[in-house]
Amino acid sequence: MRGMTTVALTPPDNTKRLPGDLAIWFFILAEMLAFAVFFSAYAFARARHVEMFNLYQQTLDRNLGALNTVLLITGSWFVVLAVQAAHRNDQKAIPRNILLGFLCGGGFLVVKVIEYAAKFGAGISMSTNTFYMFYISLTFFHFMHVILGMVILAILWVQARKGVYGAHDAHGLESGAAYWHMVDLLWIVLFPLVYVMR
Amino acid sequence: MINPLKNSAHRAWLILIVATGMTWYLGEVGAAGTLAIVTMLLIAFVKGRLVILDFMELRNAPALWRALLEGWLILVSSLIMLAYWISLK
Repeated sequence: MRGMTTVALTPPDNTKRLPGDLAIWFFILAEMLAFAVFFSAYAFARARHVEMFNLYQQTLDRNLGALNTVLLITGSWFVVLAVQAAHRNDQKAIPRNILLGFLCGGGFLVVKVIEYAAKFGAGISMSTNTFYMFYISLTFFHFMHVILGMVILAILWVQARKGVYGAHDAHGLESGAAYWHMVDLLWIVLFPLVYVMR
Repeated sequence: MINPLKNSAHRAWLILIVATGMTWYLGEVGAAGTLAIVTMLLIAFVKGRLVILDFMELRNAPALWRALLEGWLILVSSLIMLAYWISLK
């Protein structure tokens, strides 16, 4: 039944496609809304304690924060390359790029632990003041998401090595990739908000 | 010769790294106040949009999903801007 006329009349909208499974996008949206509440709570709490937030923000290590941004952006980029490799059926490049993305996530965790060790070593805790309460809870909540993203990448890596993904089907890979990019997206807002804006 | 910037992912990565450097630099020089905040939020917005369109690959996704994620970015930036504006008054 697919005659030339049918094809010609098909609106261009039909070519639009949501990568991965619909369910993962609802999950991503829910996570992003939770972080939106957290980010706003930080910003409005700061409005009530501007001097305190400005003072203690200076104790944060901006270099490590920026380095972590670079690590997550690069980790995301590798995972995009894995998805692109799946679409052109390059079976070797899929697990390789997933692994590189995973290693970037590992780098992020190491940097964050170094940062936490310095803060906790200085006797700083959630109860020190409102700024540190937000700094620790916001970054730790995000930290847990990096770990979940890495668990997903590990599963994708195992599956990719079995040859599950390719030009025929990349849905699972695209779903996991979308989650990993969300972790990157959240840090892109979190870094300037908590470490730089004053 | 293959132009690496033809791949939207490579292009997005490059812009994201440069933009991160800009935010870091604004922190180094101690930029503060309305202009600094607006600039940093704009940089974060451009970065977030690149992640949504070129990494999450929503550029050619159904308009609803693209709007939901881009809308999140606008919502979050606006709320942060509002809170900072209140603090500057």
